Amino acid sequence: MSDETFEPKIVGFMCNWCSYRAADLAGSARIKYPPNVRIIRVMCSGRIDPTFVLKALSLGADGVMVAGCHPGECHYIDQNYKAMRRFGMLKHMLAAMGVEAERVQLVWASAAEGQQLADAVEKLVADVRALGPLNWPGNWNEHKDRLEAIESMVKEHAEAMEVLP
Amino acid sequence: MAERVGIYVCHCGSNIAGTVDVEEVARWAGQHIKDVVVSKDYKFMCSSLGQAMIEEDIKTKGLTRVVVAACSPHLHEKTFRRACANAGLNPYLCQMTNIREHVSWVCTDKAAGTEKAKALVSASAERVKYQRPLEPMYVDVNPATLVVGGGIAGLQAALELADAGHPVYLVEREPSIGGHMAQFDKTFPTLDCSACILTPKMSEAGQHENITLLTYSELEEVSGSVGGFTVKIRKKARYVDYDKCTGCGICSEKCPRKVIDTVFEAGIGERKAIYSPFPQAVPRIPVIDVDSCLYFTRGKCQVCSKVCPTNAIDYEQKDELIEVKVGNIILATGWKLFDCARMPQYGYGRLANVFTNLEFERLCNAAGPTNGKIVLRDGKTEPKSVAIIHCVGSRDVNYNEGCSAVCCMAALKLGHLVLEKTNAEVYSFYIDMRTNQKMYEEFYQRLLAEGMHFVRGKVAEVTDAARNPDEQGKLIVQCEDTLLGRQRRIPVDMVVLMSAMEPQADAKELGLKCGISCSMAGWYTERHPKLDPVATMTDGVFVAGVCQGAKDIPASVAQGAAAAARVQGMITKGRVMIEPIVATIDEEGCSGCRICNNLCPYNAIEFDEEKKVSRVIAALCKGCGTCVAACPAGVITGAHFNNQQIFAEIEGALWDAAAAKTEEETATQSVSA
Repeated sequence: MSDETFEPKIVGFMCNWCSYRAADLAGSARIKYPPNVRIIRVMCSGRIDPTFVLKALSLGADGVMVAGCHPGECHYIDQNYKAMRRFGMLKHMLAAMGVEAERVQLVWASAAEGQQLADAVEKLVADVRALGPLNWPGNWNEHKDRLEAIESMVKEHAEAMEVLP
Repeated sequence: MAERVGIYVCHCGSNIAGTVDVEEVARWAGQHIKDVVVSKDYKFMCSSLGQAMIEEDIKTKGLTRVVVAACSPHLHEKTFRRACANAGLNPYLCQMTNIREHVSWVCTDKAAGTEKAKALVSASAERVKYQRPLEPMYVDVNPATLVVGGGIAGLQAALELADAGHPVYLVEREPSIGGHMAQFDKTFPTLDCSACILTPKMSEAGQHENITLLTYSELEEVSGSVGGFTVKIRKKARYVDYDKCTGCGICSEKCPRKVIDTVFEAGIGERKAIYSPFPQAVPRIPVIDVDSCLYFTRGKCQVCSKVCPTNAIDYEQKDELIEVKVGNIILATGWKLFDCARMPQYGYGRLANVFTNLEFERLCNAAGPTNGKIVLRDGKTEPKSVAIIHCVGSRDVNYNEGCSAVCCMAALKLGHLVLEKTNAEVYSFYIDMRTNQKMYEEFYQRLLAEGMHFVRGKVAEVTDAARNPDEQGKLIVQCEDTLLGRQRRIPVDMVVLMSAMEPQADAKELGLKCGISCSMAGWYTERHPKLDPVATMTDGVFVAGVCQGAKDIPASVAQGAAAAARVQGMITKGRVMIEPIVATIDEEGCSGCRICNNLCPYNAIEFDEEKKVSRVIAALCKGCGTCVAACPAGVITGAHFNNQQIFAEIEGALWDAAAAKTEEETATQSVSA
């Protein structure tokens, strides 16, 4: 597949109150952005289980957007901070698995920020387009080192848990 | 047994059909998605005919799941859930696919739009199969209502509710209710005296048996949700005993400390350190401004305490935090004036005789600092010419893009007052004259006949740099007259800037406390700009008046009444339905690790010490799903957003990636074979 014809497939997980509504507003305002993002609504970015992101990538998504309300503006008081912490963890994991950081992006958008959301989609699509198809985990066996990296990460984590009270 | 799924793809006239081949989406879904037994497209799915079609299919074709691909679920999810319920299908077995806001309106290419719509329909169809019937939950509605803001919109809302027999807590930040309307002299287009129509409402609110007035108070914290909010309110210390004070006013009269009143008198009048903002204030109880009071700043004076006949002065008074329980909240927090000093070209703050419209309102007001005499900043000279500049800080991309809606009419009103009270010539510098309500255009015609001069053009500059003897000692308004097509310099004695209405500085902060958001311009966002202008995205929180967007007095009153009507409807019904989207913990699988306990911001997860398991208190759970995502054992289920449903949705959304992969694999296999 040549880069000119590569259309990235992107899954967007968006919270019901801010980012999904930002996408609604982008629509009402007829703001145009690339058609590559397929939006899945959850009630809160705190609901976004890292496995959702992994699942999407393993099913053929080339990139994922995780979007929530701005820090301090969560509909559920502060659950987006929990999403933010989880996202940090996920980034480490993805790096170990050889997934480029640009493929999975965290975006904050308030319900009034249709334009900002559209810009974020545009950026994500451009970034992923530049990286090319992920084809994951199709090339998994070619990267034994990655498997080892993950295994050692899990081991480290288990050890760390044991020293905890 | 396999589910029987029905897919309904809406054209929305040409809104969707314009950029999505809806017939193709429906045809494709019918052929390619498993378990789909019906797949149709229709002009307007939300019409009664469209709904009837779905209901008919549920009954005759035995559908067990329904997908409606149309607009945002925030618009019509309720509609289609109701249609399903009418046909005997649990409403939570219906899923909406947003192919309008998220597809047709943001795509330019029809082929790409159609592909995206297919992916989203596929996602919904895969998800809906795993959806479970849910029973709505009901909560009782506390009949008490909190109204924040005692301006005309809040007053109207409070009075409507109180007159209907329901308790109201009316919170106002300033020492008196009345809001901006209390500052005005006359109201357009009828020119009735503002105080004459406002103060009766104020005293009615002050004396109403159902209204608890909380002036000089601010909203501290809101918890709970529709039907049952708990609100903490800070009653700021007045240093005057509310029960002992009779409002005689001797304290203010005798207070030796005078300061500029930047709030009610807009900076052109004075008040004492112990003061009521204006004579008709409700309540009449004064407050001590500790920043200027001699006793508080220098430790000496106490004149007010000495002269008070009822011993009501209490220098030891402290802020008081009170807690009230209400079923609904109406925000009517109004606006603030644009700071004209931000536009240095108009000279405000530098050239003495440049006034804001609010300052000028106080000049015109018979109860104002000049007793209604229109005079220059020196306090005695009557102007011979006055320029009124429109759109200062509004309709300007550098400040506020929007139109402040009231300034054209307010400018005409102020022009009329100048013509009535002085012999001055009046010039209005306008961009467009917007007089589009009942009797407004007639008022404009009246001012034309009265001899007010109109110059069409945005003023470039107000300066005191004279170029000829005629301009000496004057303020010169430099403007391109776009009707004449030439530059003009008009020397005047006085300039009035029609300043923009801006959102309150703390509007966003207050909105967050109540769970509602602001537009980019800073006004509160209504649930629907046309069809639901006073409700917000948060159930039980309503908005009224200018805090929702610039508007005039009649519109503010209408919104206040509308918000009250909405609240009354909920009180009359007595209970409100809330979404049954809550988390549940499977006790069998719970290891008692308690990770979820601290994640919940509502303390909705309790720990059973005996069984060593965590449990969700459904009544407190708001359904965010954070605990669901965090449970290491995976035994917390988020109703309507469980893992199975979301995984299926992801899979559906990526149907084409999966299809491509299968093709590739088949190809590799056939090659290797």
